[in-house]
Amino acid sequence: MTTARLLDYDDAIERFDPVLGLEVHVELGTATKMFCGCPNEFGAPPNTQVCPVCLALPGAMPAINRTAVEYAIRIGLALNCTIAPWCQFARKNYFYPDMPKNFQTSQYDDPIASNGYLDVQVDGRTVRVEIERAHMEEDTGKSTHVGGATGRIHGAEFSLLDYNRAGVPLVEIVTKPIIGTKAAAPQVARAYVTALRDLLKSLDVSDVRMDQGSLRCDANVSLTPAGNPVLGTRTETKNVNSLRSVERAIRYEITRQAAVLVDGSRIVQETRHFDEASGTTSSGRSKETAEDYRYFPEPDLVPVAPDAEWVAEIRDALPELPWLRRDRLQAQWGFTDLEMRDLVAADGVDLLAATVDAGAPAADARSWWTSYLGQQANARGVGLDELSITPTQLAAVIGKVTAGELTTKLARQVVDGVLAGEGEPDEVIAARGLAVVSDDSALQQAVDEALAAQPAVADKIRAGKVQAAGAIVGAVMKATRGQADAARVRELVLATVGAQG
Amino acid sequence: MSADLTRMTAAALADMIAGGEVSSREVTLAHLDRIAAVDGAVHAFLHVSADRALEQADAVDRAIAAGADAGGASLSPLAGVPLALKDIVVQQGVPTTAGSRILEGWLPPYDATVTTRLLDAGVVILGKTNLDEFAMGSSTENSAYGPTRNPWDLTRIPGGSGGGSAAALAAFEAPLAIGTDTGGSIRQPAAVTGTVGTKPTYGGVSRYGVIALASSLDQVGPCARTVLDTALLHEVIAGHDPRDSTSIPTPVPSVVDAVRRGQTDGIAGMRIGVVKQLRGEGYQAGVLESFDAAVATLTAAGAEIVEVDCPHFRYGLAAYYLILPSECSSNLARFDAMRYGLRVGDDAVASAEQVMSRTRGQGFGAEVKRRIILGTYALSAGYYDAYYGSAQKVRTLIRRDFENAFTAADVLISPSSPVTAFGIGEKVNDPMAMYLNDLATIPGSLAGIPAMSVPSGIAADSGLPVGLQIMGPALGEERIYRVAGAFESAYLAQHSALVPDRAPELEVAA
Repeated sequence: MTTARLLDYDDAIERFDPVLGLEVHVELGTATKMFCGCPNEFGAPPNTQVCPVCLALPGAMPAINRTAVEYAIRIGLALNCTIAPWCQFARKNYFYPDMPKNFQTSQYDDPIASNGYLDVQVDGRTVRVEIERAHMEEDTGKSTHVGGATGRIHGAEFSLLDYNRAGVPLVEIVTKPIIGTKAAAPQVARAYVTALRDLLKSLDVSDVRMDQGSLRCDANVSLTPAGNPVLGTRTETKNVNSLRSVERAIRYEITRQAAVLVDGSRIVQETRHFDEASGTTSSGRSKETAEDYRYFPEPDLVPVAPDAEWVAEIRDALPELPWLRRDRLQAQWGFTDLEMRDLVAADGVDLLAATVDAGAPAADARSWWTSYLGQQANARGVGLDELSITPTQLAAVIGKVTAGELTTKLARQVVDGVLAGEGEPDEVIAARGLAVVSDDSALQQAVDEALAAQPAVADKIRAGKVQAAGAIVGAVMKATRGQADAARVRELVLATVGAQG
Repeated sequence: MSADLTRMTAAALADMIAGGEVSSREVTLAHLDRIAAVDGAVHAFLHVSADRALEQADAVDRAIAAGADAGGASLSPLAGVPLALKDIVVQQGVPTTAGSRILEGWLPPYDATVTTRLLDAGVVILGKTNLDEFAMGSSTENSAYGPTRNPWDLTRIPGGSGGGSAAALAAFEAPLAIGTDTGGSIRQPAAVTGTVGTKPTYGGVSRYGVIALASSLDQVGPCARTVLDTALLHEVIAGHDPRDSTSIPTPVPSVVDAVRRGQTDGIAGMRIGVVKQLRGEGYQAGVLESFDAAVATLTAAGAEIVEVDCPHFRYGLAAYYLILPSECSSNLARFDAMRYGLRVGDDAVASAEQVMSRTRGQGFGAEVKRRIILGTYALSAGYYDAYYGSAQKVRTLIRRDFENAFTAADVLISPSSPVTAFGIGEKVNDPMAMYLNDLATIPGSLAGIPAMSVPSGIAADSGLPVGLQIMGPALGEERIYRVAGAFESAYLAQHSALVPDRAPELEVAA
C-alpha cells in the first residue's frame, strides 16, 4: 500500500475550510428485532437468533416493532426534531450476501424525525450541530471473510454469515453539513458523537457501545478553498469505532485531501476505511457512479402514523438531558470544573449520583470512584460501571468510615472483598475480621504491652519527644492487625505516659 | 362409491363426515384415488401429500368419534373435507416451489397463516398445485414443471396463474382449493375451468407465508365448484393476522349467510352495474353472449341493471405492468442461492456474486426474468416518477372510478376473462396477448376491492365455460356472495345442472 502524501494540518486549515457530515447509526436496545420476534441480543452463537422473517424465507413478512418506533420518536424529540405525523418505510435495493432480502427496509422520503439540532461544547464554546433527519431501518447480518489479504469479500476464500444481527432495529441520525468549524472540525465531530452517545444513553434506547458496534459513525469530509461557499467532493470514512477515532480519522482526511488538492488533483468520491492501528484511511468502494438503490415505498408495511397524543406522552416522559443534569449535579456536589470533567471522562457521573443517593457525601464518593476504584478498573481493563461493586455497597463502606467503624485502609480491604465477590460489605468485614478495634480496654492492654516492650521509646515520649509515639502506635496497629483507629491509639499512648499530644 | 364422493360439494361432504355417514379417511382416499386416475393427464398437482392427508383425515375422524361420545362437540364446518393448496403457500415440511426451479427441493420450516387456519379447521390438505412460475402468467404454461391441462379439453390451458387449483376442482380431484390473485390468478382460471373463485378485499386474508409476487396486489382466496363451498372456505381462511401488517383488523365477513340469503331471498331491488369499459373489443362473441344471458338472468331475478362508466380502466393494464414488475423485482431478490433453494456454479472458485448470478440465470424462467428486468428499469433513478409514480396515480384514478361506480350500483359485473380457454402453446410467444387475458380482472386488483368469478354458462362458439365477474366495494364481500348465490340458484333452475357438472368425462387411467 502506498502511503498518501499529507499536508501539515495547520497549512491545510489555512488553505481550506473543512465541511463535515456525520451519519451515526445506533442499534436500539429493544427486546426484539425491528420486524420479527427474535431476541435482540449481542453475542449469541451464530445463527441462533433467526426466524423465517429475518432470514427472508419465501413467504415471510415483516411487522413493525412498536417499541422501536417509540425509541425513534424519543431520539427525534431529544434532538429537537419534528416528528412526522405520517411516515413510511422504503426498500433500499442492493445485493449483498449478509442482507437476506437483498433489500434493506429503511426510510427514504419520509423519515420519522427531521430538522433538529444538538448543541455541543468545544473548548468552552457552544457549537450547534444541525440534524437533517433521524430515520428507522434494520441492520444487516454480519459477514466474516476468511482468507485473502484485505478481510473483505473480494479475494476471500470463503465467507461466514451470521444473521443474528439481521433485522436489529437501527436509527440513523444524519447531520446537515457542519461548516465554519475550521481547525476545530475534528474536535467538533468528537464532541458531537460524545454528546450524542451520552444523550442516547440517558434516553435508555441503546447501550451505545462503539466497540460492539451498537453506535457507529460514518464521517463525511470535504474541503473547500478557504472562504469559498461551494462544497467540495466528499469522502465517507467508515469503521470509525471509538470517539478518539472520530477525531483522528477526520484530522487525517483533512490532511490527505488537502495534499491532493494542493497537488492540483481531484478528490475521488469514495468510501474510505479507517485503520485504527495506523490512524490512516484507505480507499474502499468508489461512489463515482452512484449506486442506484431503486428506493420505493415498502408495500408489505402499512405507514407509521404516530398520533399526537402518543408523541406528547413520549415527550413528557423524556429524561433530563445529560448536560443539564451534569450542570445541576456539579452545583449540588460543589465540584470544580476540573473535578467534574475528570468524573465525566471516567463515565462516573451516574455511579456517583447513585452513591450520593445511597447516603454518601459527594466528596468521599468522588474520591473513591476517581482514585481507588479508578485504579481497580484500570488494572482490570474495564469501565467503572463494570466493576462488581454497586453504589449502594460503596455508600455503606463510606458510611462505616465516617462512623469510625472502618479506617480508610480497612475500607479498601472491604472494597477489595466486595470486588472479589465475597459478598456484601458486612459479610466481608465479618469473614475477614476487619472491624476497627474500638474497645479502649483491649486497646489499652495493647498499648501497655507495646510500651513495656519498648521502654526506651516510652522514656523518650515521657521526655517530650511526642513524635516518638509513632513507633508505639505502629506496634499497636501491628498487634491489632491494623484494626485499630490509629488516632485513638495515639491518644491512648500519650495519655498512658502522661505526655501532651 | 369413490366417484360419488368426488362429485359432491364440500358442504355435503362436511355434513356426511360430521354425521358419521362417511369418514374423512374414505373421502380423502376417494380423492387420492381420483388424483391417481386423472392427474397424469391433467397435471394439476406438483406434490401429493397422501400420508399427511390421511393422518389429518384420521385425526378428524378420531375427533368426530370422541365428539360423538362426548355428546357432539362443535366441529369446524369443513372438518375432514379435502383441499388442494396452490404451491405458493408454504406448508411446513412439504415441498414448496412456487412453480420455479429456483426453489426445487426446498422444504419450508414453517406454515403460512392460511395453512395453519386450514389445518386448525380440520381441512385435509391433499397436496400442492401447479402454477405459473411465481404466479406470473395466465395459462400455467410458465410453470418450470410443465403445464396443467384444462379438464374440459386437455389440449387447452386451465388459466393462470392458479391453473392447478382450478383444474383440480374441475377434474373432481378436490372439492376445495386455495388460490392467490394478483391480477386475476384466481378469477381467470375459475372462469376458463367453469369453477368459482374469490379474490377477497386486499388485506382480507393473511399473506404471511404466501410467496410474494407483488405485495400491494397479492391476495389469497378460496376456490370451489359452488358458491356456498367457496363461502365456507372463505370464512375459514379470512381474518386479521398480526404477522401481516397489511391485513385488515375487521371481523370475518359473514359470506355463508350472504350466499344463503341470495339463494332464499334473491336479489330483488339490488342495483347491478355493468361496466361499459369491460366489454366490446377484444371480447370473444361466445363470452359476450354468455354475459348477456347472465344479465338477463339477474334482471329476471329482480335486479336493477345500470351501466357505469369507468374511464380510467383503459390505463389499468399499463399501470399494472409497471407496479407488478417493480414490486416483484424486489420481492424476488431474496432468491440468491445463499440460504435455500437452488445453487448453481458454486465451484469453490466463483465469487458469491457469480454464484448468485448463475443461479438466478438458470433458476428463473423467461417470464420471471422479463418482469424482473422491467421492474428494475421502472424503479431506476430518473425513471421512477415517469413509471412507478405515474402508475400509482393511475391506481388512484381507477380507485375513484370504482368509488363513483359504487354510488350508482351495489355490485359491478363483467366477463371474468375476455376469452374462453385457448390452446396450449397458442400465446406463449406473445406476452402482450397473454397479458390481455387479465384485462377485466386487473382494475379490481389495482383498487384492492373484492371480486369473484362464477360460471355464467358455456360459450356457444367454443363449448367451453365462461365466467361472470362480480365486484364489490372494499369489504363488500357479503354483497358479491349474495349476488353469486342468487345467480347460481337461478342458473341451476334454468339448466338443471351447474356448469362444473356439465364438463365432459375425463378418460380415467386404469
